[in-house]
Amino acid sequence: MATLVYDCIAGIAKTIIDNRDFLTDLDREIGDADHGVNMARGFQAVLEKVPQDVPDIGAVLKKTGMTLLSTVGGASGPLYGTAYMEAGKVSMGKETLTPEDLRDMLDAAVKGVEKRGKAVQGEKTMLDALIPALEAYTAKLEAGASLLEMLDAACAAARDGVEYTKTIRATKGRASYLGDRSIGHQDPGATSALLTLEAIRDYCREA
Amino acid sequence: MVGLVIVSHSSKIAEGVRDLAGQMAPDYQNLIPAGGLEDGSLGTDPMKILDAMKTANEGDGVALLVDLGSGIMSAETAVELLDGEFPARIIDAPLVEGAVVAVVEASTGASLDEVVAAAEESRGELKL
Repeated sequence: MATLVYDCIAGIAKTIIDNRDFLTDLDREIGDADHGVNMARGFQAVLEKVPQDVPDIGAVLKKTGMTLLSTVGGASGPLYGTAYMEAGKVSMGKETLTPEDLRDMLDAAVKGVEKRGKAVQGEKTMLDALIPALEAYTAKLEAGASLLEMLDAACAAARDGVEYTKTIRATKGRASYLGDRSIGHQDPGATSALLTLEAIRDYCREA
Repeated sequence: MVGLVIVSHSSKIAEGVRDLAGQMAPDYQNLIPAGGLEDGSLGTDPMKILDAMKTANEGDGVALLVDLGSGIMSAETAVELLDGEFPARIIDAPLVEGAVVAVVEASTGASLDEVVAAAEESRGELKL
């Protein structure tokens, strides 16, 4: 039987693979039309290469990140690869997680993406979904909410963040070549970040 | 001798630049291409770049030439994964011109700093 962390990663992988064409279509509008294809290829490899029987959550996330690095191919490889590896570093050796651990992992992932992409919030990237999600999660955590309330708040904030990316101009990555023409389109990377958070939430709801 | 790694989304570009720049110094063996993904698709793979760096390194460090976009991010990731095992630097120069200059410089036994500086001088050169 597969470990809980493998099942959660598999849930993320299924969501990304199911949304391959949607993500690629978004990327066709403002990028090079490969985000969905790249992410789906990466997560297909994750399903095959990440061990199903290793209970160490950090080790599983590290392997997930390394696999994404090698198989995604576009900028989302180093970005998501770094996010998973950084989350893995702070959860190394753990077999269960508290809500505080999850906050620390999300925080480490966000910092990793910021550093790798040399990006900040408001540049029409993954960070426009991830940073509001981290803030909303943290606020609910400090208010003593339940795990599902925290994750719901994080997903709602990430969804608002994806909507916000429609209103701004891209200054990072391929979309930045379009200048003002990138306005009106939602960012594919922010969208895949939202899908990831929703898959984690849905996994926790059913588990 | 300083090693060199050619990073590109395309294995053909990486190998072609290796062949072209390699002509400048046929005896120089530390020029390693790292292009494309394992399955042959276009893309850059930090793990492949990391392996190429280890192959290229003789002990004097490695300089990387990169094509564009995520190639740069993948090269930065590979340098970080190396974790200081030996010195490695990314050259901020056009891929082909930078590689030609870097090969000439590295094959004379120049230091890593000298190779990087010489290759980066090619940045401002106009073609016409």
